[in-house]
Amino acid sequence: MSSSKLAARTIALAYLALLLLAPVLMIFYRTFEHGVAPVWSAVSAPNAQHAFWLSLEIVAIAVPLNTVFGIGMALLLERGRFRGKALLGMLIDLPFAISPVVVGLSLVLVYGKTGWLGDWLAARGIQVIFSVPGMVIATAVVCLPFVVRETVPVLRELGVDSEQAAETLGASAWQAFWRVTLPGIRWGVVYGVVLTTARALGEFGAVSIVSGRVEGQTQTLPLYVQDRFENFDSTGAYTAAVVLALLALATLLAMNLLTRRTHRRTAL
Amino acid sequence: MLGKGLLGIYLTVLVLLPVAALLAKSGNGGIGAFWREISNPEALAAIKLTLAASAIVVIVNAVFGTLVAWVLVRDEFPGKAIVNALIDLPFALPTIVAGVVLLALYGKNSPVGIDVAFTRASVVGALLFVTLPFVVRSVQPVLLELDLAMEEAAASLGAGPLTVLRRIVLPTLAPAIISGVALSFARAVGEFGSLVLITGNLPFKTEAGSVYIFGQIQNENLAAAAAVSVLLLLAALLVLGLLGFAVRRRSRHVL
Repeated sequence: MSSSKLAARTIALAYLALLLLAPVLMIFYRTFEHGVAPVWSAVSAPNAQHAFWLSLEIVAIAVPLNTVFGIGMALLLERGRFRGKALLGMLIDLPFAISPVVVGLSLVLVYGKTGWLGDWLAARGIQVIFSVPGMVIATAVVCLPFVVRETVPVLRELGVDSEQAAETLGASAWQAFWRVTLPGIRWGVVYGVVLTTARALGEFGAVSIVSGRVEGQTQTLPLYVQDRFENFDSTGAYTAAVVLALLALATLLAMNLLTRRTHRRTAL
Repeated sequence: MLGKGLLGIYLTVLVLLPVAALLAKSGNGGIGAFWREISNPEALAAIKLTLAASAIVVIVNAVFGTLVAWVLVRDEFPGKAIVNALIDLPFALPTIVAGVVLLALYGKNSPVGIDVAFTRASVVGALLFVTLPFVVRSVQPVLLELDLAMEEAAASLGAGPLTVLRRIVLPTLAPAIISGVALSFARAVGEFGSLVLITGNLPFKTEAGSVYIFGQIQNENLAAAAAVSVLLLLAALLVLGLLGFAVRRRSRHVL
């Protein structure tokens, strides 16, 4: 092996080790530094429990919403014929170019007390900002592009021939969708759902703004990590961070298994 | 299928109305007010820091991202599959956890004696962490497709390894590197979660644009927050657009 190849390998691996691997391993060490007992009490703290379940609740609402609407938007982008399609595609991708903080701000400007719809919502007794609906909307916005982006290429690859064949044979549009299109695109959709779930669980900036961060009420797990850290409860912060890191590793594993299944190499 | 109307409502509620409200808020007092907000000294310092740190991130990612991709495609070593899978970790890891993770090793009580917490270096470090996968993942597939025969032909005609790299490999990879770098830049400009804990958010020193926006929202100064938001959003879109344009021109040129 040439020396330049060895040098390239060494530099690349050293970069990854210093930037990525060592810090991630370190957090596991830091968490269990003083044994399992403090970790256990950190896990069972009521606010930690509440944050965990609130995070799951938000994921359980935002991810199915984005999946259904994501498939719909992908169909529209790939199969539809109308003016302004390019504009629609840009609009859907926009959340990836916007800072999560700015997403939070924009939502406050529409749904907050002094926002565009503030009075209208208040008159109907609906609270969006500083409560769960706002957190769900914020999460849905930042994850919006994933399912669409993963579904569009598989839809294109699938083509329209089999759908047309199904309709020629007397299937309704719904039947063609459920029996032909959906089975054909399912791995792309699932991949998008995995990415959406990971992002939704970890969303911080947008949720931080629209939630008001009330302990035990509107505090998700990532917000809880920050709260514990700033209150010098490092065991609490590390433990919650490790729980999130483990979920991230599970996501990574799922992504790799799916990549093998769909023969795709890239993540985003 | 889902009606177009329903999809339209979903997009309006999630994206269209909020973006319109943001633009309206930033333009509320006219161009003069917008200018005053973004030329506020603290805002300006935050904007400059964000743009400078993102520019550094772009350069480092272009070099190391390409190198990592090259090693993952062209090199063989034990554990390569695991390294390859780990590249995506920054995308899967919540941003606040990225901050905690970096602090655990490079914060105070660092076991290796490196403490970058509350320094500008920590801003760049956190941004490098969260943007790591972009260039690697855009260059990797192109390298996989790149025909070795072309490089071998050049080498057999007497080109040294550096000439092959400069004349054949890099020009082919350039569009992929550029698009990876553009995504890194856009992400770095807006990044928030990984910065809040490790940078200490010191105004005029380590306070990035997104953190400044957050602070202004907390102070109920929404006009200032909106103005800086729109400026940073424009910077991100401009870079995405310009580099996307460069890539399209380049690939047309190649074809």
